[in-house]
Amino acid sequence: MIKFEQVSKTYPGGQRALSKVSFHIEPGEMAFLTGHSGAGKSTLLKLISIMERPSVGRVLINGHDLNQIKRRQIAFIRRDIGMIFQSPHLLTSKTVFDNVALPLIIEGYGRRETEKRVQAALEMVGLRDKARSLPMMLSGGEAQRVGIARAVVNKPPLLLADEPTGNLDPKLSMEIIRLFEDFNQAGVSVFVATHDLGLIARMKYRTLTLRNGQMITDGLSEDMMEGEG
Amino acid sequence: MSLLFKGRSQGASDTRIGLLQVMGAFFVSHLRQALGSLGELWRQPAASIMTIAVLGLSITLPSTLYILVKNTEKISAGWDQASEISLFLKDSTSAASAQQLLTRLKTWPEIESVTFIPADEALKEFQYLSGLGDAIAYLESNPLPDVVLVTPNEKYATPTAARLLLEKLRNQREVDIGKLDIEWLERLYALLDIARDLVSLIGVLLFISVVLIIGNTIRLNILSQREEILVMKLVGATDAFIHRPFMYTGFWFGLLGGLLAWFAVIIILWWMDSSIQAFASLYQKEFNITGLSGNALLLMLALSVGLGLVGSLISVQRHVQEIEPK
Repeated sequence: MIKFEQVSKTYPGGQRALSKVSFHIEPGEMAFLTGHSGAGKSTLLKLISIMERPSVGRVLINGHDLNQIKRRQIAFIRRDIGMIFQSPHLLTSKTVFDNVALPLIIEGYGRRETEKRVQAALEMVGLRDKARSLPMMLSGGEAQRVGIARAVVNKPPLLLADEPTGNLDPKLSMEIIRLFEDFNQAGVSVFVATHDLGLIARMKYRTLTLRNGQMITDGLSEDMMEGEG
Repeated sequence: MSLLFKGRSQGASDTRIGLLQVMGAFFVSHLRQALGSLGELWRQPAASIMTIAVLGLSITLPSTLYILVKNTEKISAGWDQASEISLFLKDSTSAASAQQLLTRLKTWPEIESVTFIPADEALKEFQYLSGLGDAIAYLESNPLPDVVLVTPNEKYATPTAARLLLEKLRNQREVDIGKLDIEWLERLYALLDIARDLVSLIGVLLFISVVLIIGNTIRLNILSQREEILVMKLVGATDAFIHRPFMYTGFWFGLLGGLLAWFAVIIILWWMDSSIQAFASLYQKEFNITGLSGNALLLMLALSVGLGLVGSLISVQRHVQEIEPK
């Protein structure tokens, strides 16, 4: 699903964000990525979502070598990646329904199918009654859940989340992670970047840790926490 | 959950819609984006009307000039047809030789008709028209030659063809001088050529300005929707999908601007019609100004839409690519 082979990323100006990072996320796996600010988490996620290209090494997503793909292929590869951000990036002029429907409209789904899928996605995140609301009428947690509904509405095989609970209280954070677990149960690969070690400690999932752009640990969260402790 | 991930039991799978559905969705998507763009114009009436007005008026000016040039050509074509060649015969030409010449000329395919004016008749006419009756009576002999008026047929009535015919007629042994008074017509044609070039030049300059104005309007639209474009790119929108609403905006600007130009041309011609009629009546002529033909109207609309699309295309190609999620 995701494969990094000796990947390094150096930004123009010489700032090295990642150094010889290698790992593999299997289809249907759920994993966390952690590390302090500036450890390289965001750069790693940007490489997966093709916002950046590696300076050295290979990144493979669903079998696509990101060094080889052409610009016009990027959109199609991104359709297979549901992306969730710390800020949900909702379109303020559109309703919750329209925001969630966006990936389906882009992919050319019919109106009936779109309606069914959006309703199902909103129901899954507990916001079916908010379909006609505008984003400004939602709380932070609700907006984040709309972002999640949009990320999963077109059945992507991979869900990528960058600090999805960064703006939420612990209870809401846990709810969001439970949602990710539900998606993972349905066969979706989930890769979550977070610096919230407390959240990771409550889970029993594979956790990759970055420090200064290098992968320092790769194991189950409870083992990692014991090691840290 | 069951509906959303139906058919996905384990791991990732590519679930895609069928070809027919893709084609249907493609047209529905186009229709939706076309109507959406029209709706956007409707929601910003002031800015939209200004852009459409600029486009419409920019097309109105060359269109009106084009119509005026065409109508002048129509009038001058009428004058052209009436052009005559005057052949002044040599003094030594006898009446029999003049008749032979007439008979010969009547067989030429280039000639529509020939009229013989004997010298005596020409003098009488000159006496009558010039008002020099008494003075002419003192002349010892008639200084005027016999004249043959030749009317070329339609095909040989253009200045170039008539000039060739004149050369041929001058070579006839009975002919002393041949005259074709078409210099003024040639000057008119030269002026019309300049007018045509001027219309083309004004047209090109205005069209370039239209493209730039539409390009700039679309650029502002793109910048105001920057966040939306970023989100669309993140969720997998292709450049074509993002370009389309802006291209349709250019299309609507072009179409509505073209219709406005058509309407403006009709108003201008209607307004000018009475003054043209008054001018024509001074020459005891009836003249109706001809507006845009069906084909010309379609061409004008196509041109207007084309300008709208080119302006949009230049803008989206340049500015949408610059917006990339980082």
